[in-house]
Amino acid sequence: MLRITGLCAAVLLCQSSHAANTESTFNPAFSLILSGTYASLQQDPATPATGFAMNPNPGHEQGFNIGESEMGISANIDPQFRGTATLALDPAGGVSVENAYVQSSSLGDGFNLKFGRFFSGLGYLNEQHAHAWDFVDQPLVYAALWENQLGEDGVQLKWLAPTDMFIELGGEMGKGRGFPGTDRAKNGSGAGVLFVHMGDDIGVEQSWRAGLSLHRTRAVARESTDVPDLSGNAVTNQFTGDSRTAGLDLVWKYAPHGNIKERYLKLQGEYFRRTENGDLAYDTAGVNVSDSYAVTQRGWYVQAVYQFMPRWRTALRYDSLDSGTASVGAANASNVIADYAFKPSRTTVMLDYSASEFSRIRVQLASDQSRQHLSDTQFFMQYIMSLGAHGAHSY
Amino acid sequence: MKKIISTLCLLLLSNAAHAALNVFACEPEWAALTQELAGEQANIYTATGALQDPHRVEARPSLIAKARRADLVVCTGAELEMGWLPVVLRESGNADVQPGRAGYFEAASAVHMLEVPTHLDRGDGDVHAQGNPHIQTDARNFLPIASALAQKLMQRDPGNKAFYQQRLNAFEQKWRAALARWEQQAAPLKGVAIVVQHKGFPYLSDWLGLHEVAVLEPKPGMEPSAAWLAQVLDTLQQHPAKIVLRAAYQNERPSQWIAQHAHINAVELPFTVGGSDAAKDLYGLFDDTITRLLKGMQ
Repeated sequence: MLRITGLCAAVLLCQSSHAANTESTFNPAFSLILSGTYASLQQDPATPATGFAMNPNPGHEQGFNIGESEMGISANIDPQFRGTATLALDPAGGVSVENAYVQSSSLGDGFNLKFGRFFSGLGYLNEQHAHAWDFVDQPLVYAALWENQLGEDGVQLKWLAPTDMFIELGGEMGKGRGFPGTDRAKNGSGAGVLFVHMGDDIGVEQSWRAGLSLHRTRAVARESTDVPDLSGNAVTNQFTGDSRTAGLDLVWKYAPHGNIKERYLKLQGEYFRRTENGDLAYDTAGVNVSDSYAVTQRGWYVQAVYQFMPRWRTALRYDSLDSGTASVGAANASNVIADYAFKPSRTTVMLDYSASEFSRIRVQLASDQSRQHLSDTQFFMQYIMSLGAHGAHSY
Repeated sequence: MKKIISTLCLLLLSNAAHAALNVFACEPEWAALTQELAGEQANIYTATGALQDPHRVEARPSLIAKARRADLVVCTGAELEMGWLPVVLRESGNADVQPGRAGYFEAASAVHMLEVPTHLDRGDGDVHAQGNPHIQTDARNFLPIASALAQKLMQRDPGNKAFYQQRLNAFEQKWRAALARWEQQAAPLKGVAIVVQHKGFPYLSDWLGLHEVAVLEPKPGMEPSAAWLAQVLDTLQQHPAKIVLRAAYQNERPSQWIAQHAHINAVELPFTVGGSDAAKDLYGLFDDTITRLLKGMQ
């Protein structure tokens, strides 16, 4: 009897383990990125770039910092759809949804549909996740104009032309929740993006991609704190108006024999120009004077990444910002700074080592001249480790 | 007028009948095999070159544009292309060539896989769950793959079924004759001890009876360090080998260092079509592979 029970138990165990196996084969691909930095800064990272106090300042964390660990889950939902979610685990606790979107590649005729929360396809760097960046931080222009990266809740439709050369047209409609937009309760689209990407190979050793992007949104009562004014005070302002941005991006890569495992060189540059037009409410906590306000901000960077031997890469980047000269309505002419007469810039060098495709250790040194009279030498060390499924990287 | 229209119609029809299949081949060996089976019926684009590490390819814009127009994607599979192909196919907006669809073909599904890991751990380096993907180094594998690929071509282009069948028959006959010749030529290689730089040759070893005693990469996909090479040299004192093998795309330094210190010959194999001047097609690939191995024995 005992023997029979034992046999039954064994059979049941076998069955259950078999069932578990079949279930696990349907499990989505799961990945985890562990990263951390050590930063040594001479200036307070909370100080924004001069002329950009009304823009976001993602800045840096000083000292040891485990940064955000990123958890990714993706799988085909059915033959039509594929789902991807990326959750950022905040070191202080809490989870934020970085990406959560559904993609359909089965529309055919070169159409690709994405909906949910995703990184906008504008520019070149915007779609890349932090673990794929070539530096510890984003270029100044991405930090100031896109708060590092523009995420969107909405829909993206792309169409790839049936040509020998890569020509892709894309459009996005979204809520416009991230800077430069503001989250508003409203029907319809709060932000729109249009982009065109082109690219090709030149022989087997070189390849390139160029892009043009347009972004449009509206900000309502977008609040900025600690904005310097003409009397030398720090006030809180609110901007309401339209925001239009145009961007250009270009990437060129070279690898001897096309073999990127050994050596490669990557050159890239992007330029963004944003015009905002509307009303600025000055010192909302005090006098609260509102009048028209319009400004055009610009920024660009160029960088080179060179893998000089397998596993080792070095890189150089130059950043520049221009806060422009604002046209300030008469009521605020003696309050709001129209021209800062200073162009923030930064030069960064980087060296990294990857023991395998799944780990990377990096040191970075930057000479930051983005804040007037506050020149900063910034030193960083970083690790980026990737566990579990390792999805394919985009170009 | 009628005549012009009918001539135009005829031209259009004949064009349609000769409309070639657009084939996107992930690696040169599958481009070459498709060429053997489809001849002029296929426009073949080869996504990677013989001097590129097939594990490390980027999802370049040009690849996405080519996949967009492909009627058939022919790849190794077994996760060899996992670092770039999923992005290329997803971004191509081409529904027919997505994995599992009619326009997607994996050569690895037609052969018996070697070195299928019993447990998966990244601590073991770049291992593939479905087994070692370098199946093209065993010439015998081309028979089942050719048969499966010909079926796929017939399915994608049913109008030319008889043509593909005839090309397949001709290929099989010629390939069997070549196999017999290669196996005879390679007879002296049976049981020969070899060192490999990357675990890229288990199928070749299995076919020709080579005996692999050491690997220069400490783990698959990892570059050997000087300390590790010294350790391999120690192993070779106890288990001497005749030759050290590497693929054309690989850095020559590790195998040359070992060759020099262990006093054995370093042999560079084309690994795929285009990997050497002589490896112009599939026949040239194996002719040259065996010639180089035999030369390395001297």
